Amino acid sequence: MRLFTTLAIVFSTLFNPLFAQEDLLSLLGEDEPTTNYVTASFKTDRVINLHSLATTAKGIMDIKISHRFGFVNGGISELFGLDAASIRIGADFGVTDRFSFGFGRSSFEKTYDGFLKFKFLRQRTGARKMPITAILFASGAIKTTPFQNPDRENFLSSRLYYTFQLILGSKISDGFSFQLSPTVVHRNLVSTTSENNDVFALGIAARQKLTKRISLNIEYIYVPPDQLAPGFRKSFSVGFDIETGGHVFQLHFTNSTSMIEKGFITETTGDWLEGDIHFGFNVARVFSIGKPEAKKKKSKR
Amino acid sequence: MKKIIVSLLVLTGMAFTTLSGQKYFTREGKVSFYSDAPLEKIEAVNHAATSVLDTETGKVEFAMLIKAFQFKKELMQEHFNENYMESSVYPKAIFKGKIEQVEAVNFFSDGEYPVVVKGKLTIRGITKEVEANGKIVVKEGAISGTAFFDVAVADYEIEVPRIVRGKIAKIVRVSVAVDYQALKKKS
Repeated sequence: MRLFTTLAIVFSTLFNPLFAQEDLLSLLGEDEPTTNYVTASFKTDRVINLHSLATTAKGIMDIKISHRFGFVNGGISELFGLDAASIRIGADFGVTDRFSFGFGRSSFEKTYDGFLKFKFLRQRTGARKMPITAILFASGAIKTTPFQNPDRENFLSSRLYYTFQLILGSKISDGFSFQLSPTVVHRNLVSTTSENNDVFALGIAARQKLTKRISLNIEYIYVPPDQLAPGFRKSFSVGFDIETGGHVFQLHFTNSTSMIEKGFITETTGDWLEGDIHFGFNVARVFSIGKPEAKKKKSKR
Repeated sequence: MKKIIVSLLVLTGMAFTTLSGQKYFTREGKVSFYSDAPLEKIEAVNHAATSVLDTETGKVEFAMLIKAFQFKKELMQEHFNENYMESSVYPKAIFKGKIEQVEAVNFFSDGEYPVVVKGKLTIRGITKEVEANGKIVVKEGAISGTAFFDVAVADYEIEVPRIVRGKIAKIVRVSVAVDYQALKKKS
């Protein structure tokens, strides 16, 4: 009998709500799995010269001021390149979260450029996974410097350059993103027959976040042989992104003088080992120009 | 005779567990916050907060994904997650607390009952005591609640760089609105 009483008392205290320390939230069981779109793979839509995996967000105008000084091996008399400067002024616009476009003008070769960028695969985690982001990119440029030989019949089309790129990449971890950019640059007019009108190249770029707001970016553009005249080199750039609220400052070293695709991919002459390195910086400042809409309840299944 | 009394005691004890503590829940609780600073007003809403309420004990708990807070500006949402809340490291915010003097609330009678909720709020792995003022509204048997409280940004070690200090308020007002449904116990 005593055993029974003891058991009974033990039983009733165990099941007594006054003693139950249950975690209420655990009563609900598992959360329904949601899908998250990966964001902030790069701090802005450029790595250094190359376009990055990131696109301009919807309703945003991203003003780009890009500055490149002269070669560092100019020595003290040139103040290590600071005396010379080339600039690109441009703006990128986000139309939707997938589609953005932009245009700009470079003082180097007085070239106007414009691009379209469409993200057709977005990296996602959670219920519906997608391991990579994939973007279709197209840009066109028009060089407005006077023709070298005005006596020859010169065509408008000779001023035009086109670039088509597939940007594939992934935000691999919170701090590290990596992308590959297979590219073809089409030049209507080239200087010599040793140069191809169509140049194939592969851009390789990565970024590693160093702190919450500073990252290290590296890019290298491999151009397979027998496409460019001897003397042209592969573009290699290293830089830091510093983000402060609405600005991203990019400080970098690069051997490419031009800041547009046809230039840095097919016309790089600088040799890193010779000190043909430009110090440069880009400033990206975002402004909200779209009408901010109150977001509705989104349940991503 | 003793056996009967003891058995009855046990049975009533167990019966209490099934009859008592009618629990209510929601997966669509609305939690929003507002930061009012001289250079910027920041506002975000989370429509997917989970909450459970035990009307017997007054215990109430909330859990929500930081990534589910929606901002009007995409870039603000990105910075909120990446730079300030580090939501990939700390995905959820959790509140576990109790309605003070829950006996004063009659969950079976329509009316509006002002309440004070006290408990622990955990953000970014840091837990602090909070006290919220609110009210429970019982209408035609449905229970809903609203509450608000203030959170000091620095309390949760959220770093705000000097350059943007004018854009983020030191104290942020958090508002909660939930409509509860009865949680059916799995038998």
